[in-house]
Amino acid sequence: MSMLLEVNGISVSFDGFKAINDLSFSIGYNELRAIIGPNGAGKTTFMDIVTGKTKPDNGTVLWGEKNLSLLRLNEAQIVETGISRKFQKPTLIETQTVFANLLLSLRKSRTPLSTLFYTISKKDEEVINEIASEVNLIKNVHMLAGQLSHGQKQWLEIGMLLAQKPNLLLIDEPAAGMTAPERQKTVSLLKNLSKNQSVIVVEHDMEFIKSLDCRVTVLHDGTVLAEGSLEHVSKNNKVIDVYLGR
Amino acid sequence: MKSSYLQKLNSRSSFFWVSAIILFLTLCMILLSEAYGLNLVSTSFTKVLGKTLCLCIVALAMDLVWGYCGILSLGHFAFFGLGGYMIGMWLMFERTKNIVIDSTKNNVLPLTETEINEAVGTQIFGVVGGAEIPSIWLFADSLLIHILLVFLVPGVLAYVFGWLAFRSRVTGVYLSILTQAMTLALSLYLFQNDSGLRGNNGLSGLQNIPNLESFSQAELSIWFLVASGLALITTYYVSNLIVKSKLGNIITGIRDNETRIRFLGYKVESYKLFIFVLTAVISGVAGALYYPQAGIINPAELAPIASIYLAVWVAIGGRGYLYGAVIGAAFVSLASSFFTGGQIPNFNFGIFTLNWVDWWVVILGLTFVLTTLYAPKGIGGLIEKIFRDKEL
Repeated sequence: MSMLLEVNGISVSFDGFKAINDLSFSIGYNELRAIIGPNGAGKTTFMDIVTGKTKPDNGTVLWGEKNLSLLRLNEAQIVETGISRKFQKPTLIETQTVFANLLLSLRKSRTPLSTLFYTISKKDEEVINEIASEVNLIKNVHMLAGQLSHGQKQWLEIGMLLAQKPNLLLIDEPAAGMTAPERQKTVSLLKNLSKNQSVIVVEHDMEFIKSLDCRVTVLHDGTVLAEGSLEHVSKNNKVIDVYLGR
Repeated sequence: MKSSYLQKLNSRSSFFWVSAIILFLTLCMILLSEAYGLNLVSTSFTKVLGKTLCLCIVALAMDLVWGYCGILSLGHFAFFGLGGYMIGMWLMFERTKNIVIDSTKNNVLPLTETEINEAVGTQIFGVVGGAEIPSIWLFADSLLIHILLVFLVPGVLAYVFGWLAFRSRVTGVYLSILTQAMTLALSLYLFQNDSGLRGNNGLSGLQNIPNLESFSQAELSIWFLVASGLALITTYYVSNLIVKSKLGNIITGIRDNETRIRFLGYKVESYKLFIFVLTAVISGVAGALYYPQAGIINPAELAPIASIYLAVWVAIGGRGYLYGAVIGAAFVSLASSFFTGGQIPNFNFGIFTLNWVDWWVVILGLTFVLTTLYAPKGIGGLIEKIFRDKEL
């Protein structure tokens, strides 16, 4: 089976510090994957590279069946190919309503003129309300995004990813600031998503990773330390040394 | 609904009210001048009003680019000036040509095309020591082409500048400095005698509209007032359309969180460029309406300080409120012409004379400081607050 995303031998350094060091990674279609690792392991930089925010010094990033090189595309084009990202810190248009945030995320033409003459259809409104109820924000659709609680902001951002209908979701620390039942809900949401899309979750919370029940990639010093089921990697001595602790 | 007042104020009705006020104002002026003869309302007052409306237009443009899209451009007055220069070239050329032809109509032989051009060249460029008509005046004979240039020249300059700046992702204060540098460079270039636009003399006599010599200045000033009013209403309508559309959500999104918009798949550069070019064109049109009323344009008009004043008007009026920009520009520029126009006598305190022309700048500065401290959203924010308090 061919891979959805294949990252081969990428390296990137900032002022001599190697944030990513010869990292290779791949994820298949409709796969759920967790990435864990200590602070500074390169998790966020990895996402920056995939989404086009940072260009690697060398290596390749190939996408989809046609092996399209993502390194030649800009951020907007990468989103267009079907990769959406949720940032570690909730990143929303806080001065606009939940509804407007979701509206901007819908997969529509993104040229200035088409947005100038865009009028909302009944169907778009339904889709937005559907997504809003999926992420438990249906009662808050007309609230400003900035007025939401931290956990709700996380969900809104996930909702915005859903609205984009991507093929791959990159989700950075979704559980931060959530209560236990909210986490449970997030887990089932992510699992549900991975039936039709591929999902990469970066998370620190081991309980959360455990309940995701998926393949885990451990990053350390910008490279892959171990990969496999959570049970498998947590038995790995190197992983215990650098991350889990004895 | 809890926020009905606010929504009304922010949506169509604000367009309605602003249009109604401008229409009312222009109609009043027409009625006054028609009913009581042209002498009752002084021509210069009509011109001040007309010019104020043009300044409101460029303030709207500034509000779109700064208040909504978050680009603090310190160069929009340069586009305004360029619009003025473009229409000024036609006005001056055509009028001089008419005068030349007129003065020689008793000659036995009519002047040839070359002779006319030579005479016009000497008339216009004599002050900068030349007689040749520079090549940029090639189309100065055609009103149509120069109206097109009013749109094209600011538009193309904004496009090239914006394309370079936004593509390199220059933002914030660095972008402001770049726009200011552009304005300064343009102004310094125009100051040169060989720029082809008469150096520091600028273009003058623009209040005399060629082929309309039979109409008095009083009548022309009313026409320009009406034209400026209509242009302001049109600009307000278009701006309102933009800020209420999905495009409006995107540009305010760029202002508040550029990263999010970028990672939602929008090409932020295209949006910035779109707004930058559009507002430059609007400014150019406003300038083309302003300078025939002012009568003269010179490179000092394009100096960076003018664009900074523009930012001050919008800040006082209220960033992010279209009516705020209009109110701010009207209020400050009218107050400015009141204080600097010699309307109020200077106070003599013996050792110290209070000179309003100088002190007006201090008053303006204080107003700006007080606005920033106590009403950061400007007059527009205060109006919104009053309506909101009424509501609750």
